[in-house]
Amino acid sequence: MRNAFADEITKLGMADPRVVLLSGDIGNKLFDKFKQHNEERFFNCGVAEANMMGVAAGMALSGQRPVIYTITPFTTTRCYEQIRVDACYHNAPVIIVGTGSGLSYAELGPTHHSCEDLAIMRVLPNLTVLAPADEVELRLCLRAALELDGPTYMRIGKKGEPVNHSTPPAFAIGRAITVRDGTDACLISTGTVLAVATGAADILAAQGIRARVESFHTVKPLDQDTLSEVFERFAVVGVVEEHSRIGGLGGAVAEWLAARGGARGRLVSFGTSDEFMPEIGSQHYARARYGLTAKNIAGKLADVLHHSGL
Amino acid sequence: MNIDELQSLARTVRARVISTSSRTQTPHLGSCLSCVDILVAAYFHGLHLEPKKPRDADRDRFILSKGHGAPALFQVLAMRGFYPESLLDSYGEDGGLFAEHPPAPKHLPGIEAATGSLGHGLPMGLGMALAARIQKRDYRVIALLSDGECNEGSVWEAAMMAGAQKIGNLMVVVDFNKWQATGRSEDILALSPLADKWRAFGWDATEIDGHDMRALMEIMSRPLRNRDKPLAFIAHTVKGKGVSFMEDDNNWHYRIPNDEEVLRAHRELGVTP
Repeated sequence: MRNAFADEITKLGMADPRVVLLSGDIGNKLFDKFKQHNEERFFNCGVAEANMMGVAAGMALSGQRPVIYTITPFTTTRCYEQIRVDACYHNAPVIIVGTGSGLSYAELGPTHHSCEDLAIMRVLPNLTVLAPADEVELRLCLRAALELDGPTYMRIGKKGEPVNHSTPPAFAIGRAITVRDGTDACLISTGTVLAVATGAADILAAQGIRARVESFHTVKPLDQDTLSEVFERFAVVGVVEEHSRIGGLGGAVAEWLAARGGARGRLVSFGTSDEFMPEIGSQHYARARYGLTAKNIAGKLADVLHHSGL
Repeated sequence: MNIDELQSLARTVRARVISTSSRTQTPHLGSCLSCVDILVAAYFHGLHLEPKKPRDADRDRFILSKGHGAPALFQVLAMRGFYPESLLDSYGEDGGLFAEHPPAPKHLPGIEAATGSLGHGLPMGLGMALAARIQKRDYRVIALLSDGECNEGSVWEAAMMAGAQKIGNLMVVVDFNKWQATGRSEDILALSPLADKWRAFGWDATEIDGHDMRALMEIMSRPLRNRDKPLAFIAHTVKGKGVSFMEDDNNWHYRIPNDEEVLRAHRELGVTP
């Protein structure tokens, strides 16, 4: 995904002189092409993320379109006040990219995990929060974010994520993409864990349960139209995210559901637990630890369906 | 405006800040009084800006990074014509425009950055200065910091990046009044040697008297074209400057003057606001 980001931002940088790329001392060689074409608009800001966020906001207030890139905890929790005040309060059109989100860096330990970023970012006024599922959605998200007049946060994966879309789908910020149609249940997924959700739909299909799958690349603003539709239509709606079950997309949907006074559909949340992962392992291992596997999700969904007598 | 007029204006600003503090129960009087001369020299002498075109792309940017000096800035911006002075009548009122710190620029003409949380103004100013370089514009960016603000790590992150970028159109003025909220700034964190710290980070740094209007006029009008180093001025100031019973008394960081103290202060300043 990061290679797709580098490729897309290079293209955008060549087409739009407002685009500035700021890196927090990562992406060795990743941005060589961007630098080659737009040297005066690339800044390695060093390991100083608070300053990087303020610099980006200052540039945005002076007519540039800065894009910040570093590992997710360092571009979110590390400099949260700068995001809140400099980017969001000023409504400065800064694009904050967090790479290696969720459990992408599972083996690096909890300092490099990000299972709380969606929670803390979506509460900020003016901020659009995106989590593309694959490189196709990433390119669409980045282009759309550049058209916004306010700040955007985009959490992306690392590398080698499966591609879900063979052709670019119709895209708008705040409108989920239907990845697969279904009649019996629904899975809504945000970020790169979408492939796990479609895997769960495959397993369910083999059992005769047809699950619809929605890619919620936008966590904020929440796609309430799609939520209304699926919660009225389906008895079970599972939310799948590589993020804490507290405060992320599942939390946002639960807030929406409670405020609405409930719906036909029952919400089942799949995400990480309220802990810093005490063991080391691959992303695959870490996902399995928190039940973010196709098999577990399919099993839980089938269980709930049976218990609801449907 | 000549130097006498600027000094007279500074006395008027001080008097207005004091009466507004009393009327609206707004603190940070000492911090406001220490930077009044700097603000007056900037807005009435040095800065290239047109109050009727507050968002002009080529304007100089002045950022009050020590946002708690806003009560002084609000008076100066009104007197400079960014908004009618009558707007200040709503100061501190429910539903009004004026918080105790500068709001986001869209809420009030003349404001470049919402500050108040310390350590934000210089990074944002650096971003604005770098944008000028990208766009090949000549504007200058001036950030006014407090000495207490130099506790913030983000100040030094920005200082390092400004040094590395050899950004010449960026100027810092430190309102060095020797106090922060609860004590001497020299004692709380190791601030000295302040000018040398800026030099060590790749800046040119000069110490000045922050109440010497002639010196302030000179630095505020200094062209920053063709420089390859950012510029810092350590402005030695007196907290509570201009009123004998407030000078260098840190109680006036939070204290609100009563009616009698307002009268005494106005008498000393020779001003009826």
